[in-house]
Amino acid sequence: MKLRPSSLAFVALGLAAAGFAATFLDAAWLRSRDAPQLAERGALAARLGLTDLALFTEARYTRHPSQADLHSAFQDHPVALEHFPTGSLLPPPAALIAHHERLDRKTAASD
Amino acid sequence: MNASIEKQRHLIDFTLASLARRKTKNLGLLLVYTLLVFVLASVSLYTHALRQEAARVLERSPEIILQRMVAGRHDLIPPGYLERIGRIRGVQTIEGRLWGYYYDPVVKANYTFMAPAAEAVRPGTLTVGPAVARSRGLAPGNTISFRAYSGKLFAFTVAGVLPHASELVSADLVLMGEADFRAFFDYPAGHHTDIALSVANPLEVRTVAAKLAAALPDSRPILREEVLRTYASVFDWREGIVLALLSAAIFAFAILAWEKASGLSAEEKREIGILKAIGWETGDVIKMKLWEGGLVSLTAFLAGFVAAYLQVFRLGAPLFEPVLKGWAVLYPRFELVPAIDGLQVATLFFFTVFPYMAAVLVPIWRTAITDPDSAMRS
Repeated sequence: MKLRPSSLAFVALGLAAAGFAATFLDAAWLRSRDAPQLAERGALAARLGLTDLALFTEARYTRHPSQADLHSAFQDHPVALEHFPTGSLLPPPAALIAHHERLDRKTAASD
Repeated sequence: MNASIEKQRHLIDFTLASLARRKTKNLGLLLVYTLLVFVLASVSLYTHALRQEAARVLERSPEIILQRMVAGRHDLIPPGYLERIGRIRGVQTIEGRLWGYYYDPVVKANYTFMAPAAEAVRPGTLTVGPAVARSRGLAPGNTISFRAYSGKLFAFTVAGVLPHASELVSADLVLMGEADFRAFFDYPAGHHTDIALSVANPLEVRTVAAKLAAALPDSRPILREEVLRTYASVFDWREGIVLALLSAAIFAFAILAWEKASGLSAEEKREIGILKAIGWETGDVIKMKLWEGGLVSLTAFLAGFVAAYLQVFRLGAPLFEPVLKGWAVLYPRFELVPAIDGLQVATLFFFTVFPYMAAVLVPIWRTAITDPDSAMRS
């Protein structure tokens, strides 16, 4: 018996949908397999009090972006050019995108 | 019920036969469409997994880090600060941290030297991160010497290498005892790099930070949530850069799909005219074209997403890794733990499948309601 084109289309779509569902199952399996390693990373960060990922090690404001001066990466002067390649892929200075809490406005200390 | 299913199957049979008549053009469109979904899904899967990884690894980092600022620059914490902070209510533990950077001219890379309070490192020994061990060829028992900023040469024995599983946070770490750290960097006694604080009640973290800023006006408290936000923004920014670079390709596809879907060729118009002349209703023509759009876009979405998943989590993302992860001389080797965000997948589905369906529908509806005679003649 010759298969109708619609049957073929449904088989192909069914296979693609099964592949799509399989990605979620595979992700869940990989997550459970890697959970101990993830926990180990978290435990080391907690034990040593680490605050940043060791992704970009060339400068202090790329090694520890969360601990860098508020005006990093343009730290030498306001229009200073970037020194390091990863800097060009980091977001603009924190002051421009306000990641930091404005704690100064909550304090009673005079300026 | 069966009759209506059979009718839809006939419509699909007809649609597929009609697509097969313009095989090269339609297969080309399907391929480009699948590639577009593949690229967009790869970028979003990769950055989401990176963001999740950063959030999970750093969720137990110190709740508040207190830095001292002098003339806008991070400076050492002098003696007495720890005692002053101890008097602030809500602070559970206070720990002066000792860490700094060291540039190793041998491999032209920066290391992060640290004297951990929680881990006892014997005097004269080091525990090194996996990337440091790799780049300098170190193993436990080896001796390594570093020239301090004072000019003096210090020799250390490698006591251990941190586990590979923790490389994402420890690649460039060099752990040493407090006495060695102070001697190596000529650190003044009683001074610390910064202070890590934990707060008993998580709801009070901001209040404690505000109290710290008031009590020590030259200090800068950094909250854990700021750290997590910083990383979310770093990877958002990278995802944005990649998408901006890809935007030209996305627009090119949009134009191609719009042109293909909305600008009916004379042949297609004639086909619709003939169908209407032999008794097809407007609704049937629209249904047929809906099946066409649905089959093409659904196949492209599913195939593109599955290929993207395999590329990112099973093949190590060779296509986008350099841009999305960044690079450094001491780069950590790590495999991303997959994390799929349902909302992200739904958004991708909505923005790739629906526009195509809409682009298919409008011109068909316009042609289908015209007189068959004029449709065939035009």
